[in-house]
Amino acid sequence: MCLAVPGQVKSISERDGTLMADVDFGGVRKDVCLQYVPDAVVGEYVVVHVGFAIQRLDEDSAKQTLANFEQLGILEEEFGAK
Amino acid sequence: MKYLDEFSDPVLARRLLDQIHAATTRPWAMMEVCGGQTHSIIRHGIDQLLPDGIEMIHGPGCPVCVTPLEMIDRALAIAATPGVIFCSFGDMLRVPGSGRDLFTVKSAGADVRVVYSPLDALTIARDNPDREVVFFGIGFETTAPANAMTVYQARRLGVRNFSLLVSHVLVPPAIAAIMEAPNCRVQAFLAAGHVCSVMGTSLYPALAERYRVPIVVTGFEPLDILEGIRQTVVQLESGTHEVTNAYPRAVPPEGNVPARLMLEDVFEVTDRTWRGIGMIPASGWRLSARYRSFDAEERFAVGEIHTDESPLCRAGEVLQGHIKPHECSAFGKECTPRNPLGATMVSSEGACAAYYAYRRLDLVEVGA
Repeated sequence: MCLAVPGQVKSISERDGTLMADVDFGGVRKDVCLQYVPDAVVGEYVVVHVGFAIQRLDEDSAKQTLANFEQLGILEEEFGAK
Repeated sequence: MKYLDEFSDPVLARRLLDQIHAATTRPWAMMEVCGGQTHSIIRHGIDQLLPDGIEMIHGPGCPVCVTPLEMIDRALAIAATPGVIFCSFGDMLRVPGSGRDLFTVKSAGADVRVVYSPLDALTIARDNPDREVVFFGIGFETTAPANAMTVYQARRLGVRNFSLLVSHVLVPPAIAAIMEAPNCRVQAFLAAGHVCSVMGTSLYPALAERYRVPIVVTGFEPLDILEGIRQTVVQLESGTHEVTNAYPRAVPPEGNVPARLMLEDVFEVTDRTWRGIGMIPASGWRLSARYRSFDAEERFAVGEIHTDESPLCRAGEVLQGHIKPHECSAFGKECTPRNPLGATMVSSEGACAAYYAYRRLDLVEVGA
């Protein structure tokens, strides 16, 4: 139950005064409470845990991290470290 | 899924591993706090690809595993009460209490239901106004916002037949307890990424300073774990002890502000007993005074419980990183996922379950 998984927001609606989203987890669709990430928009990825979005997934940070990994390898090759 | 697939890129993983090997000059022991990370490490064999001296110690970050026996027994007592619908996440059903589990109670006729979200339990309560509906609210800071919101909604919508059996635990006091244990071997922590997604990172610098340990916020994909280990090794080798964030795409420094405000409203800090570890001061949450009427423990008067733990089970030592799962003599013999003695074998995030599921039975056969 502890795992939180990323999914894509497909649509947003209000139910009983609560912000809800239809989220796609690689083909499986679930209702997700969006009250903690109220500014998420359709098309964005969010981290979902037990039916609640707890963060948006920042794509820029993801790309930056991957670029850093690439950079680490390139520098290593450049300077001939092990 | 889009860019996330790239976080299991084998070429980049090789580069990170090379970096870790190049940076390591001596043995180090680091603890991954979160059971989700334990599973990722074992499933991908990351621990076997690391330099020989680097030991991953598996931490207590499995909520099912650390839920105290007396709380499981309270859940069993409430679930067996006539008129109750007892709702829980699926992985709690086979956790052994003193002699039985929720499955046993269910097969004896109790109305025990598995839900995906605590909001589902609230829906069941609204659909069954003549029944008492109880949700088993366990988990770390990642899960607590969902349970907090559910109690908040119950109060706002006036759903009086809903209550929460609360057993929430907190990560930072557990880190302190691990560091203060007399035989502690942990030299650094990979902090649980999604706990930090909610709570942010502000509590960690004081811990890193007090215990002089690096704390690296780490995600769950193979590259995330390797990067967490790489940053940790670099700090250990250079003698620094700072908090760094290796999972920035899901962890802003302030965490999730609306969730933190809700947690402050619904819960208050309390002492908690951790299964296999014992009482850790100020290490959990209970319902605050405003929401106390939704506390199942008070509603069903199950405070006094006699518990009986298996004498064979060494889950507590596994949870504190003192032994590896296969070093327990019951592992794979008296204790299996089908017939578990302790919670670390039951839970999908438990260290014993991870060792059992992924290729670690051979270790037992060699050692037997």
